[in-house]
Amino acid sequence: MRLAVFFTLCFSVLVFAGAEVVEFSEESLRSRYQDLVEELRCPKCQNQNLADSNSPISKDLRREIQRMLEEQMSDQEIKDYLKSRYSEFILYRPEVNKNTWLLWASPVLIVLLGGLIVARHRRQAKPMESKGSQEAANDQRRLNALLGDEENQQ
Amino acid sequence: MNRLALFVPLALFAGLSLVLLLGLDKDPTELPSALVGERFPAFNFPSLKTEQQFVSEQDFKGDVVLVNVWATWCFACRIEHPKLNALSASGVKIIGLNYKDQRVEAQAWLAERGNPYQFNIFDPQGQLGIDLGVYGAPETFLVDAGGIIRHRRVGVVDDRVWDTEFRALYDQLTGSEQ
Repeated sequence: MRLAVFFTLCFSVLVFAGAEVVEFSEESLRSRYQDLVEELRCPKCQNQNLADSNSPISKDLRREIQRMLEEQMSDQEIKDYLKSRYSEFILYRPEVNKNTWLLWASPVLIVLLGGLIVARHRRQAKPMESKGSQEAANDQRRLNALLGDEENQQ
Repeated sequence: MNRLALFVPLALFAGLSLVLLLGLDKDPTELPSALVGERFPAFNFPSLKTEQQFVSEQDFKGDVVLVNVWATWCFACRIEHPKLNALSASGVKIIGLNYKDQRVEAQAWLAERGNPYQFNIFDPQGQLGIDLGVYGAPETFLVDAGGIIRHRRVGVVDDRVWDTEFRALYDQLTGSEQ
């Protein structure tokens, strides 16, 4: 029951934020608008996109994006327009440049590093194993000898 | 060798802690400004005083000025206002950008609290605000004589902020001007 109330509250908030009616001259603009407001970040509220945020600045920026779409600007032009004013912060997907290449490359680098460590471990583990089996064989021989002795005694 | 390898996790932990510790001092609400080093955007807006008079960036060309974004709905602006009055009294030229506000209320505000501004740009839609990357009030831009934005402060300018962020740069800009 409590869970149901919780989910109802969650979804009602989402519906509320998305309830704004936006008119477009062409229907194709609407999907681009939706993609843009979901991918652009509200400058005031840190961790919300423009679609979810009800802050006045987000409303202004949504209106601005609508205007630019109607003016036939491309998605990239719209992003550049906002980036030149609000800095890269506004892009939820940062562009690759000298500040962000490490961020973008880090998943690949970490996987490579992990592979390297695993590979090294295996190479080191092999001689250890053979050494171990040699020791085990010696032990077995000694054991056999001891057991054999016992058997002989019996 | 193997002994030293045991310290690798500790070293990683210490490194991570250091990075996070340095991160604590950063204010996450402060955005990097895209406009520092850029030209103040061109505009042509009515002044706050009267609808008939239009003001533009040409009106403060050749001067080192502060452009202060404010509004009557902005609570922090009340706290900031005395400092602006003091700065204005000491000879600092301040241009106001009245941001998403009502004309009558804004005029009453200035009548009541004093007017530190050379003139005010009236921007009820926040259009110039968007061109400046404004996302809240108050914000203050330091613009040099060539019309280039040299510094931006998001939030209140008080004695401490003026002394640490603005004063040296302002003195340098006005000094080199003469």
